[in-house]
Amino acid sequence: MKALMLGTAALLWLPSFLLLLYLLQVDLNYLFFLFKNISPYFWSALGISLCVGLSVVGAAWGIFITGSSLVGAAIREPRITSKNLISIIFCEAVAIYGVIVAIILQTKVEAVKPNEDGSFGLAAANAGYAILGAGSVTGWANLACGLSVGIVGSSAALSDAANSTLFVKILVVEIFASALGLFGVIIGIIMAGNASFTAQS
Amino acid sequence: MSFGEDTSEMCLFNVKDGFLEAVVRGYKLGLLSTADYNNLCQCETLEDIKLYLTGTDYGPYLANEASPMHTTTLVDCCTRKLVADWKYMRENAGEPMGRFLDYCTYGHMIDNVVLIVTGTLHERDVQELLDKCNPLGMFDAIASLAVAQNMRDLYRLVLVDTPLAPYFSENLTSEDLDEMNIEVMRNTLYKAYLDDFSSFVHGVGGTTGAVMGEMLSFEADRRALNITLNSIGTELTRDDRRKLYANFGLLYPHGQAELAVAEDFDQIRSVMEKCPPYQAIFSRLGLGESQMLDKILYEEEVRQLINTYEQQFHYGVFYAYMRLREQEIRNVMWIAECVAQDQKNRVQDGIVFTF
Repeated sequence: MKALMLGTAALLWLPSFLLLLYLLQVDLNYLFFLFKNISPYFWSALGISLCVGLSVVGAAWGIFITGSSLVGAAIREPRITSKNLISIIFCEAVAIYGVIVAIILQTKVEAVKPNEDGSFGLAAANAGYAILGAGSVTGWANLACGLSVGIVGSSAALSDAANSTLFVKILVVEIFASALGLFGVIIGIIMAGNASFTAQS
Repeated sequence: MSFGEDTSEMCLFNVKDGFLEAVVRGYKLGLLSTADYNNLCQCETLEDIKLYLTGTDYGPYLANEASPMHTTTLVDCCTRKLVADWKYMRENAGEPMGRFLDYCTYGHMIDNVVLIVTGTLHERDVQELLDKCNPLGMFDAIASLAVAQNMRDLYRLVLVDTPLAPYFSENLTSEDLDEMNIEVMRNTLYKAYLDDFSSFVHGVGGTTGAVMGEMLSFEADRRALNITLNSIGTELTRDDRRKLYANFGLLYPHGQAELAVAEDFDQIRSVMEKCPPYQAIFSRLGLGESQMLDKILYEEEVRQLINTYEQQFHYGVFYAYMRLREQEIRNVMWIAECVAQDQKNRVQDGIVFTF
C-alpha cells in the first residue's frame, strides 16, 4: 500500500513540476533544448551498459540463490548435483543473452558529424534512443528472469533431495521462467533492428 | 506481508542462511518414519533396536557402543547426534540466525538450572546432575549453581552472566529455594523467555515471524494449560497463576483470565473448547479423560512442526528440526523401555508418529 502511494507520487511529481515551471514563466524551451542536445552516443553507451550490467546482475543473483541451496542439499543427497546444474545453466544463459544483445547493439554505433548548432541529425538521434531502449528492455527482463530462475532452482534442489520424482515437474516451471529472458532479447533485437546512425532521412 | 518484503525475503535469504536451510532440510530427511517405528516395535531386545538404528542416520553414533545396551546409552547416543547437528549449524550461522538458534536453546537452559537447583536441594551429587542435564542448554559455570543458597545468590553468582539474566526480575530474587518456589521460578523464567522469544521473532519479521509466531503461541497456550492442570489443588493463588501465563497466544487475554479461575478438568476443558483450534484437539479426548491429553498435544505440535517445512526462506525449520528430533528421541526411549521391560503391548501408546 505504501509502495503504491509512493509510486503514484513519484509519477505525478514531474508533470506537476513542469506545470509549476510553466506558470512561473520559466523558459521550458531551453530545458527541451538541453535534453535534445545530449549526444545519442551517450544514450547508446548507456543502453549497452544497462544491457550487460543488469543481465549479469540477474544471472549472478540467480546463481547464488540456487547454488547455496544446492550445495547444502547435496551434502545429504549427492545425487542431485548433476541434474540441478541445469538450473545454474539457465541462469548463466541469461548473462549470455545480455552479452549477445550488447554485441549486436554496439555494431550499430557509427561515427556521425553533428550539425552546426551541436545537435545531431534525426537518424542519429533515433538510433541513440533505440539502442537505449533495446539495452534497457533486455537488461531489466534478464534481471527479472535471473531472479525468478534462481528462486525456482533453489526450491527444485531442495525438493529433488526429498523426492527425486519432483525435479522434472519443477523444471517445467523453470523453463517458463527462463522464457522471460528470451522475450527481452527478442524485443531488444527488434527495437535495435532499424537503428542506424548513418541512415539517409 | 507486503510485496516488497516478500520479494526481498526470497531474494536475499540465501545470502547468509541458504546453505544451512538446505542442510537442516537434509537432516530432516533422516528422521524416522512410520515404517521405521513399526520395525522398531517388532524388535525383541535392545540389541535388535541398536542394530536397526545403526542403519539409520544414528549409525555413526551407535556403532562403537559395546553390548550390553541400556536404554540410557541408546538415548545418550541419539542425543549426541542432535547436539552434533545443532553445533554444526550454530557454528556456521550468521546473524540474526545465530541469535535465533540460541533462543531455541534457552528453554533447555532453564530446565538445566532448575534440575541442578532441585538436585542440590535433595543433596544429590553435582557431577551426577550435570550428566543428566540437556546438552543443548549447557553454559559455563553451570556447576557453580550447586553453591547457591537462595535465589539472590543464584542470580548474583551465576545467572547474571548467562543469557537468562534478563528473565529474572526483582520480585523473583527475594525468595528462598524450596520445592514450590523452584517450580514458580521455572515457570516465571519460561514465561519471560517466551515473551522475549516472541518479540524477537516478530522483530525478525517476514515468514519467520509468521511461522514462529504460530508455534510459539501454541507453546504458550500449552504451557498455560499445563500450569493450570498442575496447580489445581495447590496453594498457588489465582493471581500468581495468572502471572505465570505468557503475554501472547490464542488464549491471551480472555482465555487466560478464565483459566486462572478454573478449578477442575471439566472447567478447563470448557474454557479451551471456546477456542476453535483447541476445540478440535479436545474433541479427540473422551469425556472425563485427561491421561491422553499429553499425547494429543504432542501430536498437534508435531503436525505444526512438519508444516513449517512447507515454506522456504525462514528460520522456523531449525526450531522444528530440534523439536522433531527431541520427539523422536522420546519415542525411541519409550520403545526401548517397553522392550526392556517386556511390555510390548503398550508400545503403541507412547509413540507420536512424525511421518
